[in-house]
Amino acid sequence: MEQTASVNQVQFSEGAMAEIRRYLSHYPADRQKSAILPILHIAQAEFGGWVSPEAMDLVAEILNIQPIEVYEVATFYTMFNLKPVGKHVLEVCRTGPCMLRGSDQLIEHLENRLGCKVGETSADGNFTLKTVECLASCGTGPMLQVREQFYEDLDPASADQLLEDLKALTVRKPWEENY
Amino acid sequence: MGRKLLTEHINVEGIHTFDVYRKHGGYASVEKALKTMTPEEVVEEVKASGLRGRGGAGFPTGMKWSFLAKPEGKPRYLVCNADESEPGTFKDRYLMEKLPHLLIEGMITSSFALGARTSYIYIRGELLYVLRILEKAIAEAYANGFLGENILGSGYSLDLHVHPGGGAYICGEETALLESLEGKRGNPRNKPPFPAVWGLYGCPTVVNNVESIATVPWIITNTAAEYAKIGVGRSAGTKLISAGGNINKPGVYEIDLGITVEEFIYSDEYCGGIWKGRDMKAVIAGGSSVPILPKELILKTAAGEDRLMTYESLSDGGFATGTMLGSGGFFVMDDQTCIVRHTWTLARFYHHESCGQCSPCREGTGWMEKVLHRIEHGHGHMHDIDLLVSVAKQIEGNTICPLGDAAAWPVAAAVRHFREEFEWHVKHPQAATAPGAVFNKAESVLA
Repeated sequence: MEQTASVNQVQFSEGAMAEIRRYLSHYPADRQKSAILPILHIAQAEFGGWVSPEAMDLVAEILNIQPIEVYEVATFYTMFNLKPVGKHVLEVCRTGPCMLRGSDQLIEHLENRLGCKVGETSADGNFTLKTVECLASCGTGPMLQVREQFYEDLDPASADQLLEDLKALTVRKPWEENY
Repeated sequence: MGRKLLTEHINVEGIHTFDVYRKHGGYASVEKALKTMTPEEVVEEVKASGLRGRGGAGFPTGMKWSFLAKPEGKPRYLVCNADESEPGTFKDRYLMEKLPHLLIEGMITSSFALGARTSYIYIRGELLYVLRILEKAIAEAYANGFLGENILGSGYSLDLHVHPGGGAYICGEETALLESLEGKRGNPRNKPPFPAVWGLYGCPTVVNNVESIATVPWIITNTAAEYAKIGVGRSAGTKLISAGGNINKPGVYEIDLGITVEEFIYSDEYCGGIWKGRDMKAVIAGGSSVPILPKELILKTAAGEDRLMTYESLSDGGFATGTMLGSGGFFVMDDQTCIVRHTWTLARFYHHESCGQCSPCREGTGWMEKVLHRIEHGHGHMHDIDLLVSVAKQIEGNTICPLGDAAAWPVAAAVRHFREEFEWHVKHPQAATAPGAVFNKAESVLA
């Protein structure tokens, strides 16, 4: 009961709301639903890297649409994590052009380092390992994305260094200072 | 050394800022168009240039513009397709990241030509960092009077916004993109009606690729006649090629359409040859959807002529012996590449990206992926190879949007040109699944 009460109270911070209002101003007054993807991105950044049913309900409330309209969109687009994730989500490109430059080896290396398989979260909760399809980084593969950042031309040594750097990193939201 | 119409100043320090961009001749096309031309004249100029859509289909841009319906009392929209997701293609990302003002300038001049008062750049969601670069540049353009009310005192007003997607290759298809921009799942629409009549919010809309729009400023500033002088025949102008795979110098190159494929691959000015001193096995020349060609056929046409980097030369021979320029996503495979494994990754990609609306694509892409998976992992049968061709054939042409074709072509072409390698996987599953094993034609003949 206690948990239900607390998740139902999800609210956007003032910074996130300002971003949401800015996006809403981009679309005609009777077409506000257009802002659904931008707002889902904001929700994912705001609520720990994933979008919970409660967060989706909140998005529906802001857009004045039915919750199902948000669910059907959030489940269609692959960027939205619908389950809790680690502090960082490593999204490794595995499509043909990256495969040619060693993405299979990178994925294997990360699985060994993190002690978890693709789709899982490391025991320390720092990393969720995901594979994704082409990220338009084919000349600089193998590569991976963490939030908005691309990390390219990776090899085992630079990947290990990246994991160390990320562990120490304070995650900031796009509307916060020093982002 | 080819001419650099888009990328001449790309390495100038600070070129992503308004002031530096302006100092290097930026926004000249906006001044020229808004002060000295009518919208119709701008459309005619782009038509006369011979510019063809740079997203992949190669449809003439000016002609697409001239189809735009102009009913009374309805707004018209220009939407830039920055959903670049075709495997092998990364030119638009490079252009937007380095030269955000070039795209914005193109959007203003093109919007003026089309009579749009609000325009959108739909960028794939994974490129949020590029969205922030564009938004900064747009704010600068507003502050300097190139966006907003009454631009340069011309009476023309324009608002420009960037809209992020959510991770869906299908949204590069223009009607799926419009659905997505309306806040829905990216399911392509039946056509007709075409977006030129019924596009964003039911209004007439033009959707153009980033590179196409970024080419408009040069055409307007320097005239269509000058543009048409570059290139060969109906392949006018320059083209950005995303070069990747097993080459020494991956990157984005602006080429004059018409150089030879051989020069592009082996010259130090471009790809710099095959990495690690290896030989070339195959090339996918226009993004993952276009047919793969073995070394012999990518360098020379079936008739023995040099293959050129043009729409016409690359498609010479049809799908039997040719391919397509497509989006210019050019990736090279060395002699250590397993074609079966590579084709499997592409089939997996299309299965992942099918929107699920049409049965042939939804079921067929998954079927092809499964069959390729079992061949690659040593459980294939000889009849699986023909099954792949059969499934591909049944997808092709039977879907609402071209994703079905895009999924079918790479599989069909891989079997067409590399059937022996598929057969080797079936006949020698142990050898084929050994770590690092690669089919070797000469050895296989001896065996």
